[in-house]
Formats: sequence, structure tokens, C-alpha cells
Amino acid sequence: MPIPSPINAADTAWMLVATAMVLLMTPALAFFYGGLVRSKNALNTMMMSFAALGVVGLAWAVAGYSLAFGAGNGLAGGFDHLFLRGVGLEAKGTIPHLLFMAYQGTFAIITAALISGAVVERMRFGPYLAFITAWSLLVYAPVCHWVWGGGWLAQLGALDFAGGTVVHINAGAAALVAAAVLGPRRDYGRQALLPHNVPFVLLGAALLWFGWFGFNAGSALGANASAALAFTNTLLAPVATLVVWMLLDRLRTRKTTAVGAATGVVVGLVAVTPAAGYIGPMSAIVLGAVAAFPSYFGILRRSRLRLDDSLDVVAAHGLGGIVGALLTGVLARAAWGGIDGLLAGSPEQLGRQLLAVLATLAYSAGASFVLLKLVGAFASLRADRKHEGLGLDVPLHGEEAYTSGEGAILVLPAVASARPNPLTVPAAQPVGGEA
Amino acid sequence: MKLITAIVRPEKLPEVLEALFRAEVYGLTISRVQGHGGETESVETYRGTTVKMELVEKVRLDIGVSDPFVEITVDAILSAARTGEVGDGKIFVIPVEKVIRIRTGEEDVAAVTPALMELAGS
Repeated sequence: MPIPSPINAADTAWMLVATAMVLLMTPALAFFYGGLVRSKNALNTMMMSFAALGVVGLAWAVAGYSLAFGAGNGLAGGFDHLFLRGVGLEAKGTIPHLLFMAYQGTFAIITAALISGAVVERMRFGPYLAFITAWSLLVYAPVCHWVWGGGWLAQLGALDFAGGTVVHINAGAAALVAAAVLGPRRDYGRQALLPHNVPFVLLGAALLWFGWFGFNAGSALGANASAALAFTNTLLAPVATLVVWMLLDRLRTRKTTAVGAATGVVVGLVAVTPAAGYIGPMSAIVLGAVAAFPSYFGILRRSRLRLDDSLDVVAAHGLGGIVGALLTGVLARAAWGGIDGLLAGSPEQLGRQLLAVLATLAYSAGASFVLLKLVGAFASLRADRKHEGLGLDVPLHGEEAYTSGEGAILVLPAVASARPNPLTVPAAQPVGGEA
Repeated sequence: MKLITAIVRPEKLPEVLEALFRAEVYGLTISRVQGHGGETESVETYRGTTVKMELVEKVRLDIGVSDPFVEITVDAILSAARTGEVGDGKIFVIPVEKVIRIRTGEEDVAAVTPALMELAGS
């Protein structure tokens, strides 16, 4: 098949790889979150991310893409691309339209999965899936349209290279509301709730960083200089955050923690996301270093609050995203691509960034609250008290993350269900009278 | 002296420990055990293989106490570990012939939960 003319082979090749890299971030998040919870909830927590690949990915193809990138008004996309109608091999920029859709879909998936960190170890699985699916359509897609789909923030000139507002502030605000609506875990604040597998946390953070090169550099939508800048900044900002985080850890407790290092990397990645293609490499180092402070102290503060944002989505993604979005308005330089920020003599850009932050926070928090109450009206959001005590893996999934197999008795099909299984051949009838 | 051996639900362990500390019972040993006491089995499925978990995870506490502390300890465990459903566990109170604290060589009453010294003295 001949390649339609505006499509560039190099750009397409890079975006194919970048799409796979961003998709990998969701299983990476499963490891990051899964390691941070207790072993009795490891599978449930990992499935909260893993299942998002399914439900949000499907919702994106059916309607999410259209609501985000369809021709609509300033507030939301239209219905012209429902069921991917009109999304084919024609060029979108310099890559096939279908590839653009797939790339953006991976963003929708991870954004919805990020919220799960605020509600782990206590939310029922079905209502969770219903919530993130609806959220991806009614919160993610419109905010995505505002910023990247030609919506009102794009027209205003707010800068968000790869999703500081769309992904991180959006998920952070939803996480804050979800933690408040669900309420704290029953033993939160009374017992030490410790990470059960810190190596998983490091593995998850490492894979997130790898995938993030596709997330940020892929947001250039081509194999070009802007992608190279975003790629470099995705290396340098988290590097700075990691160093500052380790120093803060060391100054506070005289020990450098591994969970802290993993968190620092993620915070640096979050913060550089909106700025990646707009600021110079030294600015990225400054941005990464500065971003460590609010999130570090936010996490310390959170453990003393009644708000059980269990895995610090608000501190890492909310605060990190806000710092990144605002510093984008400070550090951006037209010379690197984009618009001049405060330091280049355009203070009004900081105002635009602030407006984008506030609008995203307000809409995401409000709409998430309504959606949670709506789902909660049909089914209880909270897991049964007993299930929460036992851990959600066995009651909700019928599996254990780490089973010794001791005491497990194989249930044969005849015993497994009261109804006869039509697929199994009935056992030979005993023949009487032979004796 | 008695050895109190209690088998409790793992998810109740934090509450049991809290109750014991409140009752000033400080010396204890716990172990993770598996057992069966008539509760309904949980069913797990792995790729079409369905298994019944006949053995249930439990926590076993071993506590050496002097006679005046037996009731206090038993009450603390009962109040904290009970849910009212099958599978709450058991408490065994077993006579003990001799207790020796390895560090000092102290024996018997002097070697179990220290709080009982005050009780014995009062």
C-alpha cells in the first residue's frame, strides 16, 4: 500500500515505538503501586492498573478519542469519531491518524490507572472499573480536548507539552476526591501499613522512567529536534529530583531510602512533563530540583492527615504536576520551541499556566465527585469490612500473590459445581448384575 | 505459671497485640501457622484449576505468665480476637513446670512477664 504523502516514515517509526513505551507504563505503575501495599492486597492493587488497560482502552476506542480529539467546541470534542469512524491511515500531522489515536489512548489508560493509588486496599473492584471508565470519558477526554484537542486552553496559549495538566493534575485532583469519598482504610493511622515489596517499587519506577521517554519525547509527535529536547529533559529533570530527594532524606533521617528514591524519580518525571519540549536542559535540572520540595514535604504532611491518599497520588502527581505546569510558565523559552515564559520577559504566560492548573483542578475534582457519588448510588464503593481485614486478593480475585500451595486441594470438575458440566463426558455407569 | 497458647486470625493480630500491651502483658512469641478448625474453605482459581484452601492462615501466640495473669491475658485475647464467626481460633492454657530466662538464669515467676512482680508485691 502506498504511503499517503504527508506521512513521514521516521516520525511514524518513532511514534510506533513511543506508543509501546507509554503502554508499558501502566504495567510499570502496577509494580510501583503493587510493591507499596501489603502482600494481602498486592494482586488487587496491581489489577487496578492492569485492568485499566482493558476498560479504558476500550472506552477510548469507542468514544474517548472522539470526545478528546473530535471536532467539537472549546469544551469537548464531538461525536464524529465515535467507534473510530473517520480514523484511518490518512495523515494526522506526519503520522497515520490511527497511530495518533493509539498513542493518545495509552495516555488515557495510565491517567485513569494513576487514580487507583488513592483508593487501594479498600475499594471494590467492579465499582472501581465503572468509575475509571466513566472518568476516562467524562473527565480525561474533555480536559485532553481543552489542551491538545484545540479546546479553550489551547486557544488561550497555555503550555502543556506532554500532560502536566491533562494527566497529572487531572489524576491528582481525582485522587484527592476519591480518597475523601472512600474514607481511610480501617487501620489507617492505627497501624503501620508498610510496603510489602520495595524491589517492586524500584522496578516499577525504573520501567516508568523508560516508558516516560516515549511519553514526553513522543509528545513531539515526530522524530525531530523537539523530541530530542524532551528526551534530554526527561533524563535531566528526574536526575536532579532524585539527588535532592536523597539529600532531603539524608538530612531528615540520616538515611537514604529506596522508596524515597523511587518516589523522587516519579516526581521529577511528573514535573518535567508539561515543560519537556519548551525549556532548556539546565532549566530542566532547576525544575527537577525545585519540584522535589513540595512533594517531599507533602508526603510527610499526608501521613499525619486523616485523608488516606494511600500511595501519595496527590503529593506526587498533583503537587508535582502543579509545580511543573507553573515552572513551565517561568522557564519556557521560544528559542527552545513554544512561548517565552516569565524569565524570558513574558509574565503573562505564568498567568495562563495558573489558569490551566486551576481550571483542571476544579473540573476534575467536581466531576470526579459526581461520578463517584453516581457509581456509589448503584453499588457500595467500599469493600466489605471482613474482606478489608483479610486483604482483597482472595475475596475479590480468588487468588493469592504469594501462595505456598499448602492445604490446597484440587477441586475436580464434578465437585466444583452442583450443576453437571456439559463439557465433561459422564463417567461410565456401573453395570449391575455381574457381581 | 501457665503457658497460654492462642490461635487467632492474622487480621486480628494487631488488635490482640494492642489489647495485650494495654493489659501489660509484654513477653510473647508469635508464629505464622496454618490450620483447620471447621471454617468454610475459601476457593481459589488459577487458569481453570480450582482449589479449595483447606488450611487457613492463622497466627499462634505463646505467652508465659504467672497465675494471677492468666485471666487478664485470656480476657485480653478474647475481647480482641472475637468476630463471632467460625474460625476465630482457640486459647489453650497449659501448666508449665519451669521457666528460665536465658540472659540471667532467673527462674519461674521471675522469668515471665515482669508486670506480675508488681502484682505479686502489692
